Amino acid sequence: MKRPPSPAARLFRAFTLKEFRHIFRDKRTLLVLLGMPVVQIVLFGFAITTEAREARVVLLSPSPGAAERRVTDRLLSSDYFELSAVASSPSAVERALRRGEADVALVFEPAFDERLARDGKARVQLVVDATNPGLAAQFSGHASAIIAAAAVELAGGAPPPLAAETRLLHNPGMKAAYNFVPGVAGFILMLVCAMMTSVSIVREKENGTMDMLLVSPARPWMIIAAKLVPYFTLSCVNLATILLLSVGVLGVPVAGSPGGVVAVSLLFILVSLSIGIFVSTVARDQVVAMLVSGMVLMMPVVLLSGLIFPVENMPPLLEWLSRLIPARWYIAAMKKIMIEGAPLHLVTGEILALAATGAALLLLGLKKFNDRVT
Amino acid sequence: MDNAITTESLTKRFGTFTAVDRLTIEVKRGEIFGFLGANGAGKTTAMRVLCGLSKPTSGRAIVAGHDVAARPDSVKRRIGYMSQRFSLYGELKVWENIRLYAGIYGTPSARIKERSDALLRELDFEEGRDKLVRDLPPGWKQKLAFSVAIFHEPEIVFLDEPTGGVDPVTRRQFWELIYRTAGRGITVFVTTHYMDEAEYCDRVSIMVDGRIAALDSPRALKERLRVATVDDAFKMLARGDASPLYTNN
Amino acid sequence: MSAFRFLLEKEFKLLLRHPFLPKMIVIFPAVMMLLLPGAADLDVRDIRLAVVDRDRSPLSSLLAREVASSGYFHLVSFPATFSSAVDGVAAGEFDAILDIPPRLGASLERGDAARVFIAPGGVNAMKGTLAAGYLSAIIAAFPASTPAVEVTTLYRFNPRQEYKPFMVPALMVMLVMLLCGFLPALDIVGEKERGTIEQLNVTPAGKLAFIAAKLVPCWLAGFLALAFSILLAYLFYGIVPAGNPGTIFLFALLFAPGISGLGLVVSNRSSTMQQAMFVMFFFVVLFILMSGFFSPVESMPRWARWIAAFNPLKYLVEAIRGVYLAGRGVADLGRQLAALAAFAVVTIAAAACSYRKSS
Repeated sequence: MKRPPSPAARLFRAFTLKEFRHIFRDKRTLLVLLGMPVVQIVLFGFAITTEAREARVVLLSPSPGAAERRVTDRLLSSDYFELSAVASSPSAVERALRRGEADVALVFEPAFDERLARDGKARVQLVVDATNPGLAAQFSGHASAIIAAAAVELAGGAPPPLAAETRLLHNPGMKAAYNFVPGVAGFILMLVCAMMTSVSIVREKENGTMDMLLVSPARPWMIIAAKLVPYFTLSCVNLATILLLSVGVLGVPVAGSPGGVVAVSLLFILVSLSIGIFVSTVARDQVVAMLVSGMVLMMPVVLLSGLIFPVENMPPLLEWLSRLIPARWYIAAMKKIMIEGAPLHLVTGEILALAATGAALLLLGLKKFNDRVT
Repeated sequence: MDNAITTESLTKRFGTFTAVDRLTIEVKRGEIFGFLGANGAGKTTAMRVLCGLSKPTSGRAIVAGHDVAARPDSVKRRIGYMSQRFSLYGELKVWENIRLYAGIYGTPSARIKERSDALLRELDFEEGRDKLVRDLPPGWKQKLAFSVAIFHEPEIVFLDEPTGGVDPVTRRQFWELIYRTAGRGITVFVTTHYMDEAEYCDRVSIMVDGRIAALDSPRALKERLRVATVDDAFKMLARGDASPLYTNN
Repeated sequence: MSAFRFLLEKEFKLLLRHPFLPKMIVIFPAVMMLLLPGAADLDVRDIRLAVVDRDRSPLSSLLAREVASSGYFHLVSFPATFSSAVDGVAAGEFDAILDIPPRLGASLERGDAARVFIAPGGVNAMKGTLAAGYLSAIIAAFPASTPAVEVTTLYRFNPRQEYKPFMVPALMVMLVMLLCGFLPALDIVGEKERGTIEQLNVTPAGKLAFIAAKLVPCWLAGFLALAFSILLAYLFYGIVPAGNPGTIFLFALLFAPGISGLGLVVSNRSSTMQQAMFVMFFFVVLFILMSGFFSPVESMPRWARWIAAFNPLKYLVEAIRGVYLAGRGVADLGRQLAALAAFAVVTIAAAACSYRKSS
């Protein structure tokens, strides 16, 4: 393995060390870069959930009776609902919803008990604050199920003959945990590789130090490669952090081959680095590099890659656009390997897409960089 | 008041490091005062304190008749400053940079245009009026920065290594500008690395490790140290070969 | 005051002359408004369901029909075995499985208790939870043909339960945060890095004038972008605020000083743009995640809600969504107004302190 130290190799080493020193000198940025994955994993793992909490119920019951009480009690004794207020009029219900003091209104029709006794049928209305459609759907789903069960009880007194037992596939804890780990990995790697690299190259351009490097005997590609090594290292540290945290703290097992997870991640890191190079050749100053990588790259990564919002829900145009985003393929491949335990040959498409984007961007970036030199 | 700058035991410490150690100098009105010293001797720090950019740890400095620690704003209105790094806005045009600083110092809007035209004429740079400053050659940048620093007719102008990185011809032109300025009665307080430039000053001080090691006219200094040039004097003092010729009190 | 005028003039010239930033005011809202709402869709209908009917009795097919007619499910497949259905979920062909065990119909007819299994794909937990909820509701009412209590559901403020009206106002908030908070902070560090701030520091122009001149164009850019995105939301999605649009600007105007103050603290303590960027970025990510932007704050555990209570973005998101969807007015948004005002006071005080220390 030991090679004779050529002047080029020595130069490369010197450049790389310079970059490392630069990164380690700025403790605050380093802290952000190393701390970000930890914070995200903790937040996504323990704080962020799209599951509904207890809904606050405002009750409108014009003529209270035993049957009505029974329905209300069933609802409020469940884990999903709690009483926040009893309204005296429809306008009070409306006000409570509009001011955000209640999420759901349970409105019984007048003479609910009488009608139920007389006609064997009575009506109740759920008014749900649908500002957040996801929550609203869960509130109404839970409430309908509970009221339906209560109705069966009211009618016959017997417990419902048919019960449902729910078990989530691949995710018995019903936690969102499995969903986001690949997403966080994609986000962080993109941040470190693309954003950090592009900003740091542009910074040298802006300060004029890049010209100094370019007149040195180092080849242009060598200067760029030396810039990439530290970020590559940092990315590997981040990747290790994310995987260790998700296995150790979240208890998300790697269902597929760990080697596959690492290989795909390394590929994605390389792709992100080439994005960084490309952005740096386009951007004129650091603000532009930041805006381009932050808003044109990171935002779509968050939104189009399936990190939070499922790709299959997108309209066709956006779905097509999302194909251009490497993070989408990375996240899809990671979900398959890490969570569903798919063998590597099932993610060939994703791997090819990543490799193609990476190669294209790298060629484009290097070409632009060389154009600048000559 | 005869002095443009008077300091008494002016000291600036950063933690345990004393950058400026009991500096006591007097700079007379209208003179060109060379403030010499090796890198890290404390020149720039002392200059920043005198300009009101940084507060002294102890001691006093009266600049243009006002105490810099107590009334930095009054001082700032009466001085000009040209920093070591070029610090005009590269993305603004020449006239826009002049207008900005003229406006900040309170030149009435109506007079800004007339005066900046006069300035550009004087510099023989009328065709550069609408150029972006970042596209100017270094020599013009320096001259422009200097002109902007004295545009508001300050009592004193501080120049921090004004001729770093420009060619000898431009340096010479630049010093002509400095002489012209001093001729108008503006005190010039200048640091430089070029010891030949120090010969042009009325008086020079040489700073070593935060203290003034010598302060005199270039001629008297050379005579006392029995050397041929200020450069030799500087080398001698910076190495610590000679005992200090100027001590506080 | 005159110094401020000239500084402001300079900032506008620099902003307008910048090759990228003026375009940003148009491009950024356009990308946000045209691309993202389509993507930010957690639409909860159209759950693709596979039914494994191992009973094949009239009752079991009635159950399947009832599920199909609920409007929430597409019955896309009827695999023969549960394990082949699991493979289908893994391959992303459907979202959930309803498993009907053998002899279900017979047990029900005898009046015995019986059980079906719901197995939603867990990778998308949101859809999984929803699928389970809906299926449970249908199953709880089965096989009673006409329930004794008829439940009708009215969806207030967003009758068609769409995600766009929910996400669009939140995206506007992000826009305001980035333009009003991020940009001035970076710009100030940029002047530090280039050394131009040094020349200004020796002039009698106060720090306040310098900062104010930085903030005004950024705020203006932020508000222009906000107005533009309100227009785009109307043109492309027909989404208009149910409340007074003035309230939106009022809240944005209250939020801008606060977030700018935070940006100033960061910029003052950073020596390079890179550092300022990443520290700001850290805050932005934290703020967004804890704002209820895409997941409800109320569903978080207590410690996280406690942190979120100090998140200004959360209050702005609540306020703008409130105006847009529920038509809330200032009177309904007192809590948000107070929180944002407090945030502004605190960060401006912190910014003032950090500047005093630095001189």
